[in-house]
Amino acid sequence: MTIWEDPIKFLNDWLAGILNAVVDFLNLPAGTTNFILNLIGVIIVATFGLLLVIFLTWLERKVAARFQDRFGPNRAGPYGIFQSFADMIKLITKEDITPTGADKISYNIAPLLSVASVILIWAVVPFTATWVGADINVGVLYIAAVGSFGILSVLMAGWSSNNKYALLGAFRAVAQLISYEVPLFLALLIPVLLARSMGINTIVEAQGTWFVVLAPLPFLIFLTSSIAEIGRTPFDLLEAESEIVAGFHIEYTGMKYGMFMAGEFLHAFTISVLTGILFFGGWQGPMVDTYPLLGVVYLMTKAFIVYFIVMWVRSTLPRVRIDHLMAFNWKFLVPLSLVMLIVTALLDKAFEAHSLHTWILLGANVVVALITVQILRVTGRRKEKELETFPKRPVAVPPKEEAPA
Amino acid sequence: MIPLSWYLIFAAALFSIGLYGVFARKNAVGILMGIELMLNAININLVAFWRYLNPTDMAGQVFALMVFAVSASEVAVGLALVISIYRRRKTIAADEVHELKW
Amino acid sequence: MSPIQLTFLAVAAFSLVSALMVVTRPNMVHAALYLVVASFGVAALFVLLGAPYLAVIQVVVYIGAIAILMIIAIMLTRRIASEDLVVVNAQAGWAAVLAAILFFSLLIILGGWDSFGALAGELPPGSVDPAALGEALVSPQAFVIPFEVASVLLLAALIGAIVIAWRSSRAGG
Repeated sequence: MTIWEDPIKFLNDWLAGILNAVVDFLNLPAGTTNFILNLIGVIIVATFGLLLVIFLTWLERKVAARFQDRFGPNRAGPYGIFQSFADMIKLITKEDITPTGADKISYNIAPLLSVASVILIWAVVPFTATWVGADINVGVLYIAAVGSFGILSVLMAGWSSNNKYALLGAFRAVAQLISYEVPLFLALLIPVLLARSMGINTIVEAQGTWFVVLAPLPFLIFLTSSIAEIGRTPFDLLEAESEIVAGFHIEYTGMKYGMFMAGEFLHAFTISVLTGILFFGGWQGPMVDTYPLLGVVYLMTKAFIVYFIVMWVRSTLPRVRIDHLMAFNWKFLVPLSLVMLIVTALLDKAFEAHSLHTWILLGANVVVALITVQILRVTGRRKEKELETFPKRPVAVPPKEEAPA
Repeated sequence: MIPLSWYLIFAAALFSIGLYGVFARKNAVGILMGIELMLNAININLVAFWRYLNPTDMAGQVFALMVFAVSASEVAVGLALVISIYRRRKTIAADEVHELKW
Repeated sequence: MSPIQLTFLAVAAFSLVSALMVVTRPNMVHAALYLVVASFGVAALFVLLGAPYLAVIQVVVYIGAIAILMIIAIMLTRRIASEDLVVVNAQAGWAAVLAAILFFSLLIILGGWDSFGALAGELPPGSVDPAALGEALVSPQAFVIPFEVASVLLLAALIGAIVIAWRSSRAGG
């Protein structure tokens, strides 16, 4: 194969040839070549994730600025490209303060765990049909499992800072994160259901028609729960700068704070990539069989479109209060995702080989959406009626003796 | 390759450490942690037996899944009890809550 | 020593040391974090045993739910005056002796069993797939009844935990 048809395999074979010669020369055990190649793959994927953060912070600031009718950073280089480097240098050179009484091990490990839990997700992202870090057959569940490391890091950060506000912020953050895991897992189950497998590459290859067409409501539920899981506006109570003084990472300065921020930006992009993989067909696109490199291009295009939507939502919607957040989750998202799971499972199995399969599923989604909107309207109207029974009376007039009707 | 005995020895060691934790810890949550270690050891035992002696029959993995469900529910109820006791007695040391009513 | 054996020994030693730390640390949050590490070691062993689904479920249930629940419970039930400096109660010496006796008697009993040193056979082709486990869980000839009973148990535990931890000072209780 030429280098354009499959660059990674070409490089892999070339390196394997060199390493095999070295291993034979030094008489090392037989699996060393594979081990070293895997190690190089791990280093490349992890570095790719971290380098992407530099680009993402610049993009975020520019796009958010444009939504707010201003320019964004444009001093540090043409169009402000070098702004992220300037930020990085500032964070690295800041003084690294550890609060007195802080639990040193947890305090130092928490930012590492936070970034690690995001980079671990990149291990199962398929860039094309053959470029996968680890093609395990429980990939979707692995993503869910790795998300829980992030929650642990929030708890460790809040606890070890020896600060009441950090602890309170950590409790609220953990409550939000574990609550929104429930609709996230349920919405993750729907592509698994439609593709009959939990392996991510299998899900991508099973998307003859994109799953966003077969299941638009679960796509919205997944996107909403993911935005809540990463702690972006409108769900950014975790770090609400105007309220709880930056929540659980109050006491973090310098590069540790930089790692939390980097982890958060990378997490936002990672869920965009996951949405692209699970709902938008992943690396599929025209001419991707002959030139696998195009798969990377398609995946990144879809991921950046979803990331733009995430940034759009962030710049547009106000912050949600904590009790509204919990009510929204438990009273709206969880029942809706359960209903969608049942409906999709029943219809998918009943009309498996039917010719109108796509339209039936799409129609079922539309019907459930309409019923949901109707229920919301009726309950909203009822709440308004309850509030209207207050008699309207002018200010500074004593109320009459008899109670109004 | 790895003989079955290694897994069984590891599970026995983990179980004994968990047992020591249950008997020796004063803090009620510490006792629950010992119970969790014991349940982990049981799971390793079950899956090792499944893998080495009868990998065609899924009963070993199903049993392990049931143990997961039981341990999760027991931890939930146990911690709810611990929090409830703490609200009344302001302590959760196991040797200080040994009377029903004082 | 093949690489797999070295990996097993490393993971097992790591897990056992963490388990010892769980039962001996006076600081409860540290003990909970060591429990996370021990559970992660057990998950790695599940992968070595050829049960990747159970490994991921172990991480989700133990680390993602149980450990977080324990850490929150520890944070909510702290004594403000002093952390408990005395880890163990009066019977700790006897507990250690009992644990050692249990360990050695388990080894002796198992050692006399003829399959003790059995080596792993080949895994049949479909058994690593979660589909086989899923069929076993919902098939009427297999284990659908324990599955349903487990779901009822989880529901009962959910309701029970909420009711027990409900603050009775609220109106109506």
